[in-house]
Amino acid sequence: MSETIKTDALIIGAGPCGLFAVFELGLLDIKAHVLDILPRAGGQCSELYPEKPIYDIPGFPQITGQGLVDNLMKQIEPFAPTFHFNEQVDELESLGTPQAPLFRLRTNGGLVFEAKVVLIAAGGGSFQPKKPPVPGIEAYEETSVFYAVRKMDSFRGKRVLIVGGGDSALDWTLNLQPIAERVTLMHRRDEFRAAPHSVNAMRELVAAGEMDLVLGQMTGLKGENGELSAVSVKGNDGGAFDIACERMMPFFGLTMKLGPIAHWGLNLNENLVPVDTEKFETNVPGVFAIGDINAYPGKLKLILSGFHEAALAAQKANRYIYPDKKVVFQYTTSSSSLQKKLGVA
Amino acid sequence: MVKITFIDAGGQSKTVEAEEGSTVMEAAIRNDVPGIEAECGGACACATCHVYVDEAWVEKLPKPESMEEDMLDFAYDVRTESRLSCQIRVTAAIDGLVLRTPEQQG
Repeated sequence: MSETIKTDALIIGAGPCGLFAVFELGLLDIKAHVLDILPRAGGQCSELYPEKPIYDIPGFPQITGQGLVDNLMKQIEPFAPTFHFNEQVDELESLGTPQAPLFRLRTNGGLVFEAKVVLIAAGGGSFQPKKPPVPGIEAYEETSVFYAVRKMDSFRGKRVLIVGGGDSALDWTLNLQPIAERVTLMHRRDEFRAAPHSVNAMRELVAAGEMDLVLGQMTGLKGENGELSAVSVKGNDGGAFDIACERMMPFFGLTMKLGPIAHWGLNLNENLVPVDTEKFETNVPGVFAIGDINAYPGKLKLILSGFHEAALAAQKANRYIYPDKKVVFQYTTSSSSLQKKLGVA
Repeated sequence: MVKITFIDAGGQSKTVEAEEGSTVMEAAIRNDVPGIEAECGGACACATCHVYVDEAWVEKLPKPESMEEDMLDFAYDVRTESRLSCQIRVTAAIDGLVLRTPEQQG
């Protein structure tokens, strides 16, 4: 059991809205920890469209998804948020009162937080690996079928089938090839999205007879008690055959699922969290929802709307965390105290 | 207006009118066609507007660009007639297009 991490605010989701919430809270002297299921900040901007230009960020005629994330990371630097990546909040438990909220949150990685306010900035939900359309695959998950490599050693001496054509598929093909009994890479076409140098390295191994490349798609799994023995394949040439293997790794990208948020006692409306439009607070006082995850009349799923929501949620969070502090609204252009916090005064 | 027919996995069909210059995905979303999610809003970044093009139409549509092929790798149950509807431009030439939506998106 790990030590409880105490914080003013816990932000769930390190996408653009979660990151900007750090800024708005920081101006109000509210310290934040930020948590994300992905291994890095950026959410959909970094995961789905890092290189694609966005045209509707005020003040930026054009900026890429990753460019926006990089700028936000720089903007919140003065507030030194603590990031916890590869973590998903499983449980949220209320310890406080509606006037003085306090929450205990537990993650899948065993972290425990105590936070006075919680900002859910979870976008479309948590990113999860996409499952291939093969009946009965669940029976093999975590025993023979893996969507990520946790322990490379469990692939040693095994026949491994890797399916996909992106960087994850190619990287693991190259990493596991030396330790596996035999690696087969299968993809639906003879073109790969992965970095050219990995594709070249893979093709060299195939040419040298040290691994196999199959063009086709999975149609079924064979084995028993969770132990895979072969994968049935329909080849691109139309033929059907089996590939004998004890391990299979499908890499078909990520999809978004609401995840454990559904069990936190929050009102939900079709996988979205309803909030008011004054404070962007949920039905649980002290729990806010900002960005794509929330719902209210007239909601637009725009990054700029999420920024606005972060600013207003921060104001209400301030009332909870500093109930006795006089509220003075200030501008970053003129307030010397804000400028001091930003490190520019 | 250009007519496009969507047939879902259960065989239900729905014909919608699409504006020239828009995309097939946009026409589907505007007309609440079931089975098209378009999570990313048309950026060719999610593969959740996946459709199967009716055999009679496969050759009549402009070929997918490599960006679309790359993204199709992420779609659920990809076949040779698979396309992403956000990348099919609505023109007079596709009037009467017939598409099937997959059992699930992603």
